[in-house]
Amino acid sequence: MMLTVLALTPLVGALVLAFWPRSADPRSAKAVALLVSVVALVLAIVIALQYDPGAGYQFVEEREWIPAIGAHYALGLNGIGLTLVLLTTILTPLVILAAWGDRLPDPSRTNSYLAWMLALEGLAIGVFAATDVFLFYVLFEATLVPLYFLIGAYGGAGRSYAAVKFLIYNLVGGLLMLAAIVGLYALTAEAGEPSFLHSDLLGLEIGEGTERLLFLGFFIAFAIKAPLWPLHTWLPDAAASASASTSVLMVSIVDKIGTFAMIRWCLEIFPGASQWASPVVLILAVVSILYGALLAIGQDDLRRLIAFTSVSHFGFIILGIFAFTTLSTAGATLYMFNHGLSTAVLFLVTGMMIARRGSARISDFGGVQKVAPLLAGVLLIGGLSSLSLPGLAPFVSEFMVLAGTFTVSRPLAVAATLGIILAALYILLMYRRTMTGPLAPGSEGVRELDRREVAALAPAVVLIVALGFVPQPLLSVIEPALGPVVAAVSDGDPVPTHPVEAGASEGAHE
Amino acid sequence: MIAPTADTPIPAAQIDYVALSPLLVVAGFAVLGLVLEAALPRRRRFLVQAVVTAVGLVIALVASVMVYLDLPDVAEAERVARGAVEAEGAVTVDGPGVLTWIVLVVFALLSLGLFAERRFEAGLSPFTGRAADVPGSREESEAVTHRLEHTEVFPLVLFALSGMMLFATANDLITMFVALEVLSLPLYVLCAVARRRRLISQEAALKYFLLGAFSSVFFLYGAALAYGYAGSLNLTLIDEAVTARSDSGGLLLVAMAMIAVGLLFKIGAVPFHAWTPDVYQGAPTPVTAFMAAATKAAAFVALMRVFFVAFGGASWDWRPTIWVVAVLTMVFGSIVAIAQTDVKRMLAYSSIAHAGFLLVGFSAAYLGVADGLSVTSVSSVLFYLFVYGVATIGAFAIVTVVRDSAGETTHLARWAGLGRQSPWLAGAFTLFMLSFAGIPLTAGFIGKWGVFAAAWAGGTWPLVVIGVLASALAAYFYVRVVVLMFFTEPVGDGPAVAAPGVLTTVVIALAAIATVVLGIVPGPMLDVVQHAGAFVR
Repeated sequence: MMLTVLALTPLVGALVLAFWPRSADPRSAKAVALLVSVVALVLAIVIALQYDPGAGYQFVEEREWIPAIGAHYALGLNGIGLTLVLLTTILTPLVILAAWGDRLPDPSRTNSYLAWMLALEGLAIGVFAATDVFLFYVLFEATLVPLYFLIGAYGGAGRSYAAVKFLIYNLVGGLLMLAAIVGLYALTAEAGEPSFLHSDLLGLEIGEGTERLLFLGFFIAFAIKAPLWPLHTWLPDAAASASASTSVLMVSIVDKIGTFAMIRWCLEIFPGASQWASPVVLILAVVSILYGALLAIGQDDLRRLIAFTSVSHFGFIILGIFAFTTLSTAGATLYMFNHGLSTAVLFLVTGMMIARRGSARISDFGGVQKVAPLLAGVLLIGGLSSLSLPGLAPFVSEFMVLAGTFTVSRPLAVAATLGIILAALYILLMYRRTMTGPLAPGSEGVRELDRREVAALAPAVVLIVALGFVPQPLLSVIEPALGPVVAAVSDGDPVPTHPVEAGASEGAHE
Repeated sequence: MIAPTADTPIPAAQIDYVALSPLLVVAGFAVLGLVLEAALPRRRRFLVQAVVTAVGLVIALVASVMVYLDLPDVAEAERVARGAVEAEGAVTVDGPGVLTWIVLVVFALLSLGLFAERRFEAGLSPFTGRAADVPGSREESEAVTHRLEHTEVFPLVLFALSGMMLFATANDLITMFVALEVLSLPLYVLCAVARRRRLISQEAALKYFLLGAFSSVFFLYGAALAYGYAGSLNLTLIDEAVTARSDSGGLLLVAMAMIAVGLLFKIGAVPFHAWTPDVYQGAPTPVTAFMAAATKAAAFVALMRVFFVAFGGASWDWRPTIWVVAVLTMVFGSIVAIAQTDVKRMLAYSSIAHAGFLLVGFSAAYLGVADGLSVTSVSSVLFYLFVYGVATIGAFAIVTVVRDSAGETTHLARWAGLGRQSPWLAGAFTLFMLSFAGIPLTAGFIGKWGVFAAAWAGGTWPLVVIGVLASALAAYFYVRVVVLMFFTEPVGDGPAVAAPGVLTTVVIALAAIATVVLGIVPGPMLDVVQHAGAFVR
């Protein structure tokens, strides 16, 4: 029941907000939204404390939903799901706090703005907890609706185009996945009882050709969501038109569904086809890393820049997943969490800059650190975490991904490492042009962060630093969940070619 | 046939009137309506006709449900089936057929709410006061002044409905042809009697009539050829001839093709769709709603009955053709809908696209396994027809509400900003659009899922892939309307929304509730369509 309660909390909150009196002070609605998201966070923490890393799926619920087609209402969390549920519940209160001062195109609709955010949180939790692929699909597609309205109704210029582009891209992917799910139904129905349960699908016998087809149906949907080059083009447009809070929900949480689902549904259900596809996927991932980074360097719009850095980071995550080693997949999962935090900081702080300056163009800023040192500092920390500075959380995960990939393919690992250098370029160039130098005309109005904004940013910054030094608590939850995945999809981790003998490393170079 | 002589008396026909009661009730109330039309003073006709029609429909609904619950199981059938052939082989009262009756009567009840709505035209019905007047003439305004109304529309709807019900259960090709005409003729008339924009309405009726008559002839020709091939018009006997054939059967192929043309025309499948947009646009919106939902349902069930029962043995001959038609219909309907600027035309092309999705389910010809537990072509199409029809009636009901001084404003540009003005109305329309687009948690999603599942189980997965891609295309124009309503600044004063009357509000609300509930808990309804079983031969 715990998971149902957790997912329903924000959904009920969204309903309450939808009917909240509009004439009332919008602050009351904002307080309700914040309260609901904090309650969800507390529930998630309670769940995390009760979670036992070694025990597989927990908090399992299973009820028949549509008997005629074998669909179940089935929820359960493993380490990967728990990590992402935590990410979702941590970020939502921050996002709502940051959205407190958003100037909406139509201020009378603050209630529905917050209601859509809470609805999205509830659906995302459901997606991460679903262990029935039909339920997963339904929630996966349902997340499109709130996000579509968040972009289309509460964004900036060009929002309607961006919203439609976002929806069509994701719908095409989702519908291909629907075809694959229909295929799974036909297969399980042939084998006896139709079923969509994760546990039933694990043991399903699928012919090689069919498996590859079904895999493609799933994978393309997730590659669009994640997004993987060349299916990424919806993301920069959506991020450039959405409000900062919407962008965080979209990139930090909803896009993670893509990478999360690659592990749960592609690798686990179609291990053979995943192996078959991995050479191509790995190359696409590396292209994503480099392409996203190169384009990020050339951007003049802060939001587009962050969107392209995310394309690059998602490349790392997918690289880690499809390298099929314990190290790289664990790194990729940790990366999902860390990238969520660092992107949230970047989107929120640049959103605050944009709101103050009235422009998203990097060339309109300059010397801001003179008037707003705290803001500059947070941008720097967010940026440095994005370029994986050692000591900040993303470094650990990126290192794990690269080290894991290295044992599988050196050329790819080397090419991917270039991405780190490019990351330094795009972040530091951006920082230099906006924050240093003489104060640009028009940037005088960039105020320092106020207390509410500090409250919205501080938790994420603290977590980034803390996880940079002590990633072990999360890793200890993630790693046991990945054991069976890696075992299913590869023949175990590659043996090092030059094993390090115990004790031999000390004094070896003397 | 032996000519009856004095020695061999004509045997009395065995007719189970109870099993046929829903059909008889509807036809009986239609005749009663005609009598009332002649007997009642003009002033009181509208209310009495509307109430009598509603009573007739409710009785028919109850009777249909009772008949459904009483259907006997067919012993020794290959698959689970319920019902029997009645009326000397002319009508099959079986699970899918009676379920279609129920669906049709529900559609008629919902549409009746729109037919009887008199709030928008200053207390007059949405139909012209005196159809014989020249549009724009002095007589026409005179008719308005005298507050004339054509109350014949109510019996006409009942006649059309009785034709549809017979069409869905006819067991021989002649009965089916008669039903086709009984359902079509009243619809031709109904199309012509719009109160506003009368010329376009009359043009629609003429176009529908000419093309409809043409396609009926195709059907009749096909029936004649089938008789030539099998020596009978009875579907069961044709099946025996088809199953036992040893030649390639050129005559059979032509017969099937001709019958298919006649039926695909009524469904609105490409390339027999050309009438759809004009008729949907020109007909009075309540008629469009009824026609779009009910005709499609009746014609689809008839199509399945003919091709599964009579020509099931030749399925490998007709299936490839239907695949092509299905793909063409889905893709063409979705693409052309994108270019539409009129709501009713857009919904017309959307109905074409949906005919394509339904054909995907049909063309799989997947009859399920012996225990009857899995989704079949018949059950998935029945479910789809119901959810599509309900959403269609709801969507057209909203079209009747958005209007300015010249009547309904169907140009899409005038719908901009509707979401600001009446969020509930725009929200309901969005819901129907999402259901058409097949977004999860709406009934349309389960519908689509069902026909695709049947298609995959029937071994035609490429159709499923094309189907989902066409769905994505279709989603584009549904979403465009949502964008227009919610995210676009209104032009000028924006759309004028008349306060909907009680009847229209109830219709919209019921359709919206059904769309959501069947999207979240489709289980019971799926069980019902599954329980209907296969067609009885």
